[in-house]
Amino acid sequence: MPTYRPGPVSLVIAALVALFLLMPLIAVVPVSLTPSRMLAMPNGELSLRHYRSLIEDPRWLQSILLSIRIGIASSVLSTVLALCFSLGVWMFQPRFTATLVGFVLLPMVVPPVVSAVTLYFLLTSISGISSFFGYDTWLGVAMAHSVMTVPFATVLILVSLSQLDRRIDLAARGLGAGVWERATRVIMPNIKFGIITAALLSFVLSWEEIGVTLFITSVNAITLPRLMWMGLRDNIDPAIAALSVILIIITVLVLAARSFFVRLRAGH
Amino acid sequence: MRGVLSDRMGAALLMAPLLLFLGLAYAWPFLGVVKWSFTLPSPGLGQYEALLTDDLVQSVFIRTLRIAAIVTVVSVVAAYAITVVWVRGSPAQRLIAEFCILVPFWISVLTRAFGWVALLSNRGLINTWLQSIGFISEPLALVRNEFGVIVGMTHFLVPFAVFPLASAMRSLDDRVLLAARGLGSSRMRTFWTVFVPMTRSGIIGSAMIVFVFSLGFFVTPAILGGGRSVMIAELIYLRIFQSPDWGLGAAISVVLVLFVGALMALLFRYVRPKQLI
Repeated sequence: MPTYRPGPVSLVIAALVALFLLMPLIAVVPVSLTPSRMLAMPNGELSLRHYRSLIEDPRWLQSILLSIRIGIASSVLSTVLALCFSLGVWMFQPRFTATLVGFVLLPMVVPPVVSAVTLYFLLTSISGISSFFGYDTWLGVAMAHSVMTVPFATVLILVSLSQLDRRIDLAARGLGAGVWERATRVIMPNIKFGIITAALLSFVLSWEEIGVTLFITSVNAITLPRLMWMGLRDNIDPAIAALSVILIIITVLVLAARSFFVRLRAGH
Repeated sequence: MRGVLSDRMGAALLMAPLLLFLGLAYAWPFLGVVKWSFTLPSPGLGQYEALLTDDLVQSVFIRTLRIAAIVTVVSVVAAYAITVVWVRGSPAQRLIAEFCILVPFWISVLTRAFGWVALLSNRGLINTWLQSIGFISEPLALVRNEFGVIVGMTHFLVPFAVFPLASAMRSLDDRVLLAARGLGSSRMRTFWTVFVPMTRSGIIGSAMIVFVFSLGFFVTPAILGGGRSVMIAELIYLRIFQSPDWGLGAAISVVLVLFVGALMALLFRYVRPKQLI
């Protein structure tokens, strides 16, 4: 328990920062209820037409389904790759571990726009070979998203492995378990929370991804953020406000549930 | 299977898929981009020469550095203020601060940029309200300029600036603060001469993270700058998709990576990675 508490000056400044952080999230609510077809504040009357257009316009539903499909595919790929890699690092502690981990973390530290140009180069090169897999295809986007999310998944799994007691693995080994048994029956059950978190984070990062997606899609693989981007750049469509309100509510609910469960676990 | 797999083999088999994947899908195409920068439209150093002479590229570079510097200072100061409450406030204050930090953190960059458009645009919340109370007759230009870009980027980056600061503040020994107070130092003086200097590693770490992030920022400047206040990342996009000048876009990317790499190397010389997070 800290004994040194923030004084009134700190509290006032912090409250202003908090207001600044929440303001744009609150501002989308009135815009989403405007009866106007353009971005405007509601003028006396409220309307749900922009929420209705989210359901009625098939483009929104299509892009949501596409984003879910890409999110699941890239989350599975990046979690499996990150898990195998991290198990290799933890179980065998090979030489040059630091260099190899550093290499894996590159897509996380390189400016996203450079990764985007790089993945654009990759997918346009693949497009020359196959039209099924490459620029502006859902498989290409899923692969590109995996490149971007795999460093985060690796960090999470390595962190949960670092909290694991090595002696349980040594015991399994001493009792005659092979590499496969040690990995699947001893280590993985003990880090399952880390693996699930890694998969969820990969999905969320892919679901939100826009920087790279802009470079590697044009007309076919329109993910939800890509569709939002199109509606933001040209004439601003208030349906985006309605969608934003829904996404904000989901985020708040998930965070509230998480903090509730964390408190519950800590309580017992 | 026991004993068949030597340690070295096992490690290689487990680590190979990811290394191969990133080698083929990331390292190899990056080298391709480097090749573009030397070969398109004609082989040689022409693109790098253009970087040094082209007025547009130069002005975009300078604007990017200026915006990144302003955003860094504002974000770190704002993050510091809210982190103090998050780490050292009463339980209720901490809960509220955590909510205000984590909710924006998990909301997509597009939604957050859109929120600022809704607030700052000509028909947005602020202009509508100021006009309705008769304070202004013409809407203020708050967006599609550098002001809008700085506000939006600061909003995006404050939560990222919070984490290194929080870790520095958590590891601070309370007894030092009590000793300062006990020796008769005022609250203000204790804060400025003891608390702030002792969280220096967090301040450096968070400033570095924010600065590096802002250099390669794309979405927020593109939406809130409205094409008028173009930053490096948007310039790369425009060179590749609008003018098509792939060589120049690739050359700017290479320079950006080198610059960020040099900054990170500098950071790790002064701050050990463990102190950051």
